[in-house]
Amino acid sequence: MAERKFGWGKRSENVLIGKSIPRIDAAVKATGAAKYTADTNSKGTLFARLLSSKHAAAKLTAIDLEAVKNLPGVKAVHAFKEVGDEIRWEGELIAAVAAERAEQAEDAVKALEATAKFEVLEHFVDEADVARAAFANRTKGLGKANKGDVEEALKTAKAVHKGFYGIHTISHMCLEPHGSHCEWKGDDLDVHLSTQSVSGTPSQFAEPLGIDASNVTVTANYEGGGFGSKFQADEWGIAAAKMAKEAGRPVRLMLDRATELKIGGTRPSGFIDVTVAADADGKVVAWDSIHWGTAGVGGGGVDLGQMPYPFDFPNVSKAQVGISCNTGPNRAWRAPPHPQLCAITQPALDDLAAKLKMDSYDFFMKNLVFTQHGKGEVYAEEMKIAAKEIDWKKKWHPRGKGAAGPVKQGLGMALHTWGGGPGACTCTLKIHPDGAVESFLGSQDIGTGTRTIICITMAETLGLPLEGVKVNLGSSKYPASAPSGGSITVGGVSGAHRRAAQTALWKLFDLVAAKYKVEADGLTAKDGNILNGKDKVCTWKQACALLGQMPLEVQGKGPEKDGLTSERVGGVQMVDLSVDTGTGLVRINKFVSVQDCGMIIDELTAKSQVLGGLIMGIAYALTEEQIMDNKTGRYINADLLNYKLPGIGDVGELVAIMYQPDSEYDRGVIGLGEPPVIAPGAAISNAVANAIGVRVPVLPLTPKRVLDALKGGQA
Amino acid sequence: MRDLSHPLSETAPGETGQGGSGFSRRAFLKGSGAAVAASVIATAVEESIAQEKKVQRVVAGKPTELKLDINGKSQTVTVEPRVTLLDVLRNDLNLTGAKEVCTTTNCGACTVLIDGKPALACAKFAVECLGKKITTVEGLNSGKELDDVVKCFVKHDATQCGYCTPGFMVATKAFVSANPGATLEQIRKGLGGNICRCGTYDGLAKAAVECVANAKKGGK
Ligand code: FES
Ligand code: FES
Repeated sequence: MAERKFGWGKRSENVLIGKSIPRIDAAVKATGAAKYTADTNSKGTLFARLLSSKHAAAKLTAIDLEAVKNLPGVKAVHAFKEVGDEIRWEGELIAAVAAERAEQAEDAVKALEATAKFEVLEHFVDEADVARAAFANRTKGLGKANKGDVEEALKTAKAVHKGFYGIHTISHMCLEPHGSHCEWKGDDLDVHLSTQSVSGTPSQFAEPLGIDASNVTVTANYEGGGFGSKFQADEWGIAAAKMAKEAGRPVRLMLDRATELKIGGTRPSGFIDVTVAADADGKVVAWDSIHWGTAGVGGGGVDLGQMPYPFDFPNVSKAQVGISCNTGPNRAWRAPPHPQLCAITQPALDDLAAKLKMDSYDFFMKNLVFTQHGKGEVYAEEMKIAAKEIDWKKKWHPRGKGAAGPVKQGLGMALHTWGGGPGACTCTLKIHPDGAVESFLGSQDIGTGTRTIICITMAETLGLPLEGVKVNLGSSKYPASAPSGGSITVGGVSGAHRRAAQTALWKLFDLVAAKYKVEADGLTAKDGNILNGKDKVCTWKQACALLGQMPLEVQGKGPEKDGLTSERVGGVQMVDLSVDTGTGLVRINKFVSVQDCGMIIDELTAKSQVLGGLIMGIAYALTEEQIMDNKTGRYINADLLNYKLPGIGDVGELVAIMYQPDSEYDRGVIGLGEPPVIAPGAAISNAVANAIGVRVPVLPLTPKRVLDALKGGQA
Repeated sequence: MRDLSHPLSETAPGETGQGGSGFSRRAFLKGSGAAVAASVIATAVEESIAQEKKVQRVVAGKPTELKLDINGKSQTVTVEPRVTLLDVLRNDLNLTGAKEVCTTTNCGACTVLIDGKPALACAKFAVECLGKKITTVEGLNSGKELDDVVKCFVKHDATQCGYCTPGFMVATKAFVSANPGATLEQIRKGLGGNICRCGTYDGLAKAAVECVANAKKGGK
């Protein structure tokens, strides 16, 4: 018998893989039937509300939990802070109340608030002003790195540019806030958790509750957005479980919108002073930067490891300072920390190009030789495709030299990279004697299309229609699968399912071969039949009937080094936009993304990932930011009115082009969730500079910042 | 960013723009200003009594039995006048298609139809809805066949995490019914009151374009 090897089929023979296939759970979401954690209403569910701090820095000096325990409807109270405990950011949780009705819990929180007293301490929330931070003793050196000889290189450079750039902190703003529904059944705890980590969270509940992880079942059938912020049980999850125990009733505790924004996760800010230089040819010869920012009270910021992003120039010097701010702690935000690295690197490069009087396209093309991970040639191809789509050659004009009139059009580009290698995954695949196929895994579909690509993988492998296979995920009682973060899910789950399905199929082929007296080697599964060459041997159902009474159960595991998956993607984004120099308003006209990501399982959902990345990118490039009030230490726009997100009319024409020559198919499956959200900030900033002739140094490019830059630029 | 001339804004005159972390009229109503709340609600109730003679009497501040017409069924809940329609739908009736996202009229996730017009359930007290016909996303999707809006959402992948999607479904349904044959520009304005964090606007716009075209052809 020939050796049986895992692998993907010939691209030309795929029936489902690589096609555009609607996600299988779209209708259940669109009709409102999908039940999220926040929708969990088991009988007797109590509703929790939270008391959080209005101070950015304080000590809790008094609180009287007893005072509210007998208020109408109140069933349980939980203290996050004891008297004497310190509060380090606004929104930090102090206590929670669970009551029969939400409004009763709200009343109790208000009553509780009246009993709370604080000694207010000094706070600091200015993430951008490193001098002030140093004066306030809030800075900490986070390291330096050197390569080559920057000083020497600067001496001989043809053009030297010095600049300041920055990008403010943003929040994750998951539309379904963080939270859980906790219900005890004896010693067992059932948790519906809005999470990106179904398999990873049971032990996080078990330990603080003093039970075994085997007593905990975490369920997440649907999750309303996480973007990197939902990997933990979180103290409020533990609180829900404790209150449920105390009350002997299920408790649903979701963060309210303001608290979600304040403590549900933020993306660190990054600011940079940089000197960058190029030779007469336009090649960068030196990069010298110091950067700073905050990741919350712990200091930190944007790690400089990959600066200047994603280049490796001959001479580099860089240093980083972290600022400790009394703001909610950061959490991983889609592609950490690449969007910030990109947004503070590539505008500096683009300004250098302008100094050299070079077309940005030519400048970036020339410097692709310095890109990391050996992706230069792919970037070059992607740049050509993007430029053609956006009509770069025709639309390009030197900086600020567009048509006359108050509305200025401009072009900008940026490029990015990401790993996206497969995460750990185990799945159990069952083929029932009646031909039904299902798999089980403790993964989650956070909106990326995980269910869909798993079903496509199984159906393609087994020669069945999509409806012929079923996936069960979202429970920690299923075989363990990695958290969905870092774009590791698609590779992890598709690899494991391909292996499981191929293994199962080989077993079926052996049964068919024995029964029908054919060679197992020559068998294939297609269109619901088992074929020997071109001849039909039997139907899928007939083959499965050979199993007897018991289903065939196979485990698929990963990652393996068998070529089914790999890593390292890149992409190029180009944007055409208009800036109204009267109002400072930026409008996206057209936004093109060319992205490589290995073998694509579902082109429709892959493109959705890219389009979603562009839109999230437009949001942080133009409108969204955490605004802290220096005086009060408060997050003053922690609501959906003042935390500005674009609407359907604010994103312009979006074009997602998947770069997929056969060389990409041959790389196997690679994750795609993060990469498209990396470059929009830099691309948009560069296009605005091209349009108006001056750099708006700090993202988001709000009308005020655009107008300020115009004033400065004209002065 | 969002277009305040959007049809959904109509549902909340005086509410739009009053949200915010510091102060919102609704939070105030729901909170300690019970006396003020009572009088405001009393006014609202008087108005609805004037329109609908058979309406029940409501005692402000106390849980009151309300008979609401939801998805063609009469539903009885006993809630205080400060309880929003959204809370009643989600917490009392387990109709969780309408989502609670902002509670300040800024996202559209809680969109329902009241007497056939789109409205934000977070901006309505349940008592205000006495005598009105409330239709939720579940009500719009109770038929055997998928609604054309849902079909188009599926086809154009107008959903990712899906949390905003029911709100968009109801808003799109209302928009399409009122504006068959609308242009892309009109669609962008008409659906401008709904927010999606995952970034499904491209699929949503394509879906809506197909829906309005289908609606113009008629029959759908
Ligand atoms: S929850 Fe009602 S508009 Fe946002
Ligand atoms: S699909 Fe996630 S918020 Fe819209």
